[in-house]
Amino acid sequence: MKIIVCVKQVPDTSGKVAVNPDGTLNRASMATITNPDDLNAVEAALALKDETGAEVIVISMGPPPAEGMLRELMARGADRAVLVSAREFGGSDTFATSQILAAAIDRIGISDEDIIFCGRQAIDGDTAQVGAQIAEKLGMAQISYAADIKKEGNTLTVQRALEDGYMTIKLNTPCLITCIKELNEPRYMTVEGIFECYNKPFEVMGYEQLSTHAFIDPTTIGLKGSPTNIFKSFTPPQKGAGVMLEGSDKATCDKLATTLAAKHII
Amino acid sequence: MSTYNSADIAAFNGGVWVFCEQRNGVMMSTSYELISEGRKLADELKTKLYGILLGENVEGLAKELGGYGADGVYLCEHALLKDYTTDAYTKVIATIVEEYKPEVLLIGASHIGRDLGPRCAARLHTGLCADCTHLDIDVAKYKDFLREASTLDVDNMKLDEEDRNLKMTRPAFGGNIMATILCPRFRPAMATVRPGVMKTAVFNAAGAEACEVIRPTFELCDADMKTQVLEIVKATKKLVDLIGAEVVVSVGRGISKDVKGGLKLAEELAEVLGGVVGASRAVVDSGWITADHQVGQTGKTVHPRIYVALGISGAIQHKAGMQESECIIAVNKNATAPMFEAADFGITGDLFKVVPMMIESIKAAKAAK
Repeated sequence: MKIIVCVKQVPDTSGKVAVNPDGTLNRASMATITNPDDLNAVEAALALKDETGAEVIVISMGPPPAEGMLRELMARGADRAVLVSAREFGGSDTFATSQILAAAIDRIGISDEDIIFCGRQAIDGDTAQVGAQIAEKLGMAQISYAADIKKEGNTLTVQRALEDGYMTIKLNTPCLITCIKELNEPRYMTVEGIFECYNKPFEVMGYEQLSTHAFIDPTTIGLKGSPTNIFKSFTPPQKGAGVMLEGSDKATCDKLATTLAAKHII
Repeated sequence: MSTYNSADIAAFNGGVWVFCEQRNGVMMSTSYELISEGRKLADELKTKLYGILLGENVEGLAKELGGYGADGVYLCEHALLKDYTTDAYTKVIATIVEEYKPEVLLIGASHIGRDLGPRCAARLHTGLCADCTHLDIDVAKYKDFLREASTLDVDNMKLDEEDRNLKMTRPAFGGNIMATILCPRFRPAMATVRPGVMKTAVFNAAGAEACEVIRPTFELCDADMKTQVLEIVKATKKLVDLIGAEVVVSVGRGISKDVKGGLKLAEELAEVLGGVVGASRAVVDSGWITADHQVGQTGKTVHPRIYVALGISGAIQHKAGMQESECIIAVNKNATAPMFEAADFGITGDLFKVVPMMIESIKAAKAAK
């Protein structure tokens, strides 16, 4: 049994975010992290590995420095890593990205007992689209927003979170599941893991390795193959400065309350 | 490139469509928001607006959509459509899109919509923009929007005034950047739209009466189903209605020295103002309050009449969910907290000292009215 986990290296948007004058993100100035939800996906795979001895393969599409992230995930316990990386793949939207990742996963090979895990969504784009689109291209069942997963043989019972509760869904492998942070607590790297991760198999799939796959042609990948493109990007204007009320005392609070009352806000 | 049906964009002249999500026979309010917004887009495109409604015994929900602007509803009823499944819903929607060829397809960005949207877009070979907060067709109107919402030099911008593409605007990078996305080469142009953002139109009974109900043919059988829904459980705890609230009092990391006390103060202030309690992501991530209270890019977008931020530093991802509030009041110990930049009124001070006084002052001011 194989478990493939799709992961992404993202800029850390929770810290200071630098924006260029033209409205694009100044990535060079920002730290990169493994996308948080993807760590829950990796943990879901490692938990199943602990139970069943399954092989865990982490796969990412991105520039060469993403190797560091993949090594770290092997230090946490993944067995193999695949980095999908080529200039031709650059500029892909979610449709084109899933086309390429589906081709790469198909090259790794999916058998009836296998599972693909993804994080719910990446914090840079927040689209939550690539998982479902990979599943569609591989003709596979999908469950998104998984908050609990139980496995018995080739049957999974998954709790899928809704805004106002949850659904319990049964399905068979092969399938694709996207994971939310409520699912588990990701484990840390171990010292042995850090030593071992440099000896574990690491493979780069470039354009040449994937170009013969039926999913890959110029009309379906990269900037030109992407159905959507960015028309404008911009930063919201700063709102005019408000009134700072001096002093944290009763007089200040009275002033606030009377101003609100006078403006009919309360 | 024309090997895909979706690339024959002239053929997609079947109007603007809105997927109208129902759960357990109850229409989600986002469906009305999207129908109201869809009406404007359909008018700009000079075309018709249709809802698509899937379920079992849901005919009673159909005509009401006309009251918010739909010209008609494609009604698909089947036992296998009773509860949402990716397989059945995608198959039926793909079937009717191929048949009737809409130009635009909008889906509410609920957990279900964000499961359904990408699956449909991949099957139909078209583009999908996630979690949009603003939509335009007319270039003139889009420019007006940019004048308000951006720092771009709109007047010196060269745009094709005749462009009829759907302009889908959404926050990215945690709300630090807004991006407008186009899907120029394929149809339908698809968008999931964030709940609570689009305004619901006033219900019009004559529109509901005139709404046409169309029952398309489709095939669906057990063999199409890769998943089986065993049960659907509603949360037992009553969830907070942040989106519908007139007043939201939110707490941030500033309550950390006394979490219970801080939440209690927020509840008291919310009660005096007639509102509910919200929270920043840090508060939810720390497990101090449940996720249904979260305001921000990864939580809910609110635009209440009054938004009070207590001990919230004002990370951009939080602001993305509340900066459209009409009146923003911020209390923070740190005078340089970014939240003050968004606030109409700011008080520098310890929320544990300020809020009790604020509650008294507001009570007094209300009593004096």
